Amino acid sequence: MPHLFKKVAQWLSLFCLCFSTLHVSANQLDDIAQRGVLVVAVPQDFPPFGSVGPDLQPMGYDIDVARYLAESLELKLELVPVTSANRIPYLQTRKVDLVISSMGKNPEREKVVDFSRAYAPFFLGVFGESAADVKAAADLAGKTLGVTRGSVEDLELSKLAPESAVIQRFEDNNTTISAYLSGQVDLIATGNLVAAKIAEKNGNRELTSKFVIKNSPCFIGVRKGETELLAKVNELVTAGLTSDTLDGLSMKWFKAELPADLK
Amino acid sequence: MDYTFQFAELLPYTSLIVDGLLWTVALTLITTFLGCLLGTLGAAARAGQHKFLKHAVGIYVELIRNTPFIVQLFFIFFGLPSIGIKLNAWEAGLLAMVINLGAYSTEIIRAGIEATPKGQLEAARTLGLSRVQTFIRVVLPPALQKIYPALTSQCIIVMLGSAVLSQISVQELTFAANFIQSRNFLSFEVYLVVALLYLLLAILMRQLFKAVHYYAFPNLRARK
Repeated sequence: MPHLFKKVAQWLSLFCLCFSTLHVSANQLDDIAQRGVLVVAVPQDFPPFGSVGPDLQPMGYDIDVARYLAESLELKLELVPVTSANRIPYLQTRKVDLVISSMGKNPEREKVVDFSRAYAPFFLGVFGESAADVKAAADLAGKTLGVTRGSVEDLELSKLAPESAVIQRFEDNNTTISAYLSGQVDLIATGNLVAAKIAEKNGNRELTSKFVIKNSPCFIGVRKGETELLAKVNELVTAGLTSDTLDGLSMKWFKAELPADLK
Repeated sequence: MDYTFQFAELLPYTSLIVDGLLWTVALTLITTFLGCLLGTLGAAARAGQHKFLKHAVGIYVELIRNTPFIVQLFFIFFGLPSIGIKLNAWEAGLLAMVINLGAYSTEIIRAGIEATPKGQLEAARTLGLSRVQTFIRVVLPPALQKIYPALTSQCIIVMLGSAVLSQISVQELTFAANFIQSRNFLSFEVYLVVALLYLLLAILMRQLFKAVHYYAFPNLRARK
């Protein structure tokens, strides 16, 4: 019996060895260049970052960013649809080179993944007409503001807003949006994605970002320790931010320019 | 079951609950008064001779009694601004409640009016009373007496229905409950306390209606 265990262990270790040596060379950037294909994990259930289009092809901001990176590197692009739960395992098990999947940064993730600089906006903010002169929570004095009851923006603004601000709390996001579109409130607090959806679907009342309540931008995930690849990604993201390429994508998918703090 | 009840956690929100209670009471009192007035006028129109008014009120009653209250409320609050009629949350809520009670009480009071024997009406007209006088002095008092319990119940239903106003951010009792629940997640405690408050309000309201009945219809007192 111990003999059998030994044998199995031997085979297993050999098996593992095969897999781990298959891809590993000096660094992943060279690997990718050799292969000629950039494999990127993208979301397909989270518009406008990533969803499935009418032609059954993935589409969204993340997909376009992946496309931009592949084009800049003169590589073919292979998209791998992932969920928010499996995107990091895909990266760790070398199934993908990059995770461009609306991923936010937190200490747990930083232990297992290296993050690029921020490439996409993701924030809770106060939105309203461009004419409304509101730049900070203090400017909410005397204004009516719609929020969804119990949401993070509700809890934050309840602390930040001055006494004279009227916070009207609604049952869910849609009711809050209705309250804004019907003119029942001057401003609303919500996420930039919700705001993008409103801007896309309803032209009755414009909606621009006034100030940010909570910022949690998205980062590109790179396997831990792949410094060359990370440096290259950072370089390209910076180039994309300065050349307005990403701004264009932001206008296309979020219906708003990228916030200044991202650039 | 190993849930620890934390009713003490509600104490910091006492003023919010009291404010909510006051809003509910105020909305209910105004609605009861205006709604019953509207219902009386509606019933008069329904029982009256004017054809157009009769049909117009008929359409109003059917429209309101056959659509959900929350839809009426959302239409007034979210819908009407599209055609330039913008009411704030409590105005829209009050309007919806009055319109709602108006429709139901129209039907209730009309039933009372129809139960008044025709002979009384003819007698009043023969004695030289005008139509309006006949209605106010001869038809209405016995009619109201007959349908008083039903009207009381309807007013209480409208009071309980005011909970829906929390959906358009009116800060009444249910809004207070939802608000507190969204802050400390003590659903059992919050909704139990608020349910008891509604029960208390309903009981008080019934007593109030009884008191009004006592003074409004002295003729019924002697029978007891």
